[in-house]
Amino acid sequence: MTSADFQTLLPEIVLAVYAMLALIAAVYSGKDKLAAMLVWATAGLFVALALYIGASGEGERTVFSGLFTDDPFARFAKVTILLSAAAVLVMSQDYMTRRELLRFEYPILITLAVVGMMVMVSAADLITLYMGLELQSLSLYVVAAMRRDSARSSEAGLKYFVLGALSSGLLLYGASLTYGYAGTTQFAGILTTLGDSVPLGLLFGLVFMLAGLAFKVSAAPFHMWTPDVYEGSPTPVTAFFATAPKVAAMGLIARLVQDAFGGIPGQWGQVLAGLAVASMFLGAVAAIGQRDIKRLMAYSSIAHMGYALIGLCVGTAYGVQATLIYMAIYVTMNIGTFAFILSMERDGRPVSDIAGLNQFAKKEPWKALAMLVLLFSLAGVPPMVGFFGKFYVLKAAVDAGWVWLAVAGAVASVIGAFYYLRIVYFMYFGAEQEPVDSRMAPVQWAMLAVVSLAMVLGVVNLFGIEPAAAVAAEALVR
Amino acid sequence: MTVFSFAFYLFAVITVTAGLMVTLSRNPVHSVLWLILAFLSTSGLFVLLGAEFVAMLLVIVYVGAVAVLFLFVVMMLDIDFAALKGEMARAMPLGLLIGVVLLMQVAIGVGVWQVADGSQGLRQAVAPSEIENTRALGMLLYDKYFLLFQLAGLILLVAMIGAILLTLRHRKDIKRQNVLAQMWRDPAKAMELKDVKPGQGL
Repeated sequence: MTSADFQTLLPEIVLAVYAMLALIAAVYSGKDKLAAMLVWATAGLFVALALYIGASGEGERTVFSGLFTDDPFARFAKVTILLSAAAVLVMSQDYMTRRELLRFEYPILITLAVVGMMVMVSAADLITLYMGLELQSLSLYVVAAMRRDSARSSEAGLKYFVLGALSSGLLLYGASLTYGYAGTTQFAGILTTLGDSVPLGLLFGLVFMLAGLAFKVSAAPFHMWTPDVYEGSPTPVTAFFATAPKVAAMGLIARLVQDAFGGIPGQWGQVLAGLAVASMFLGAVAAIGQRDIKRLMAYSSIAHMGYALIGLCVGTAYGVQATLIYMAIYVTMNIGTFAFILSMERDGRPVSDIAGLNQFAKKEPWKALAMLVLLFSLAGVPPMVGFFGKFYVLKAAVDAGWVWLAVAGAVASVIGAFYYLRIVYFMYFGAEQEPVDSRMAPVQWAMLAVVSLAMVLGVVNLFGIEPAAAVAAEALVR
Repeated sequence: MTVFSFAFYLFAVITVTAGLMVTLSRNPVHSVLWLILAFLSTSGLFVLLGAEFVAMLLVIVYVGAVAVLFLFVVMMLDIDFAALKGEMARAMPLGLLIGVVLLMQVAIGVGVWQVADGSQGLRQAVAPSEIENTRALGMLLYDKYFLLFQLAGLILLVAMIGAILLTLRHRKDIKRQNVLAQMWRDPAKAMELKDVKPGQGL
């Protein structure tokens, strides 16, 4: 341990210390009266740290005797995680205050989850990977079950917890098999022990670990928990689940397969390709029959994870770059969409049925227009930004010779477009009825407007994330 | 037979038997007691391996805390174990099938098991050699793996916050003891004496 170690870990340390100080301050003073202020302070800290990480970090360092690495890839993922978490926090404050859900533990648990995510994307060792993952997952289990008076919320938390524990078990079993083969838990060490022939035991370990991580990104066939958890959790928590944790888990998969198993891309490539195809088609087909917009967004996120996995499974730097761009765009779109879903209510009670959106455009033309842009973008209709996300991953697949995967992606995207466009159809041409109210706090309005504008204006240069993602991918894939 | 191998077989047989009895005994309290025996004999095995710190940890933490906690929970909770067993009997065939398949898969994995060249060296490179293992563990935990140790602390903090957030209820409809109010109570002001004359009201 040297000061350089702590210097590298500074953002994580600041967040962890902040969480503990905030906990003490809140417990000893106003309790839930401080909650709203804590939410804003936490979001402010996230943004400040994102700026710090984006501006100050340079080069690559592996610290704490090879447990933790800081490179452009980790920084790109961290900035995405911090900014999306901040956006979800400020969006949720008004909703939670009005429903009397806002407890001071909420921002603190989110902060600790974010620390876990930052450790995940910086992991350079199997143990660090597991520690980060558990810190994140445990915080998320708790916030999923936060609404104690609702049976659905408790069910969501319990389901998430049990299946999450199962996936952690799979991951640990795979990690122990990998350690048994390689004799070391460090990614760099595992990479050096890989030869041309891959023994069956190591393959077992690799597949078990990928299965465990696929649970966390909710890739099919490990997606079963997603719709129930998304539907049962309080909506702000669902919005959080759909954004930052996905980036972190995707970053973790990229880091594991590239840093530890970079020598055998043929072995994990086919596993990830299988996951990708299954997720894209399941997400596209199963979402068609959904009546609840939160469940729909769950299936939508499953499908989107499939596209993001395409970029990883091709194994090239361009593929990783495509995945990073895809994840950044996906997170942005979800923030805008959930800003709208948070505002849906009828007689002051939150609702999430799709049928309630009939004729919504007549009542609120501007919000309907913003949602139209977002849904087109989610579906990948050109010229919205969402199209470019899909374009990048499909191009990466074609360039690396995975033409069938790109074709499958394109077919699934056409199927998936149906259910996004169906919502647009309901909003503009649906059956005559009284649509839901949309009561928005200024922050939610701003998020919706900014994100939908970004979906249109971003086509110019994607706000410059492309070169940053390229640098990040170059650092990961050697 | 040397003393060492005699001790090994003694502890090993006791461990396996006790493990079997944990699952076979009908009374859950007996199961926990067998579990304690399994822990104790396992710690004997650890001593034979030269891992005296882990052996002591097993006795102190598992026997002293975890198993006793189990015992409390088993005795406090009113669970109808016979009914649970009935449930289990229904799911047993499928469970056995899955278990056998898993076992065969693991057997395949272990059957062709091989380790990387030089993995033995890597395995040994982690722990500092030539010092007793309590100190070696300390060096790993508080120096080399300091980051992981702190992260584990954060995870425990989350577990604590979660447990409190999900279970603590502030009930407003009950009377609570206010200790300060009781201490500051002044007997002279709390009671007023009136001299009531016979035949007159207040």
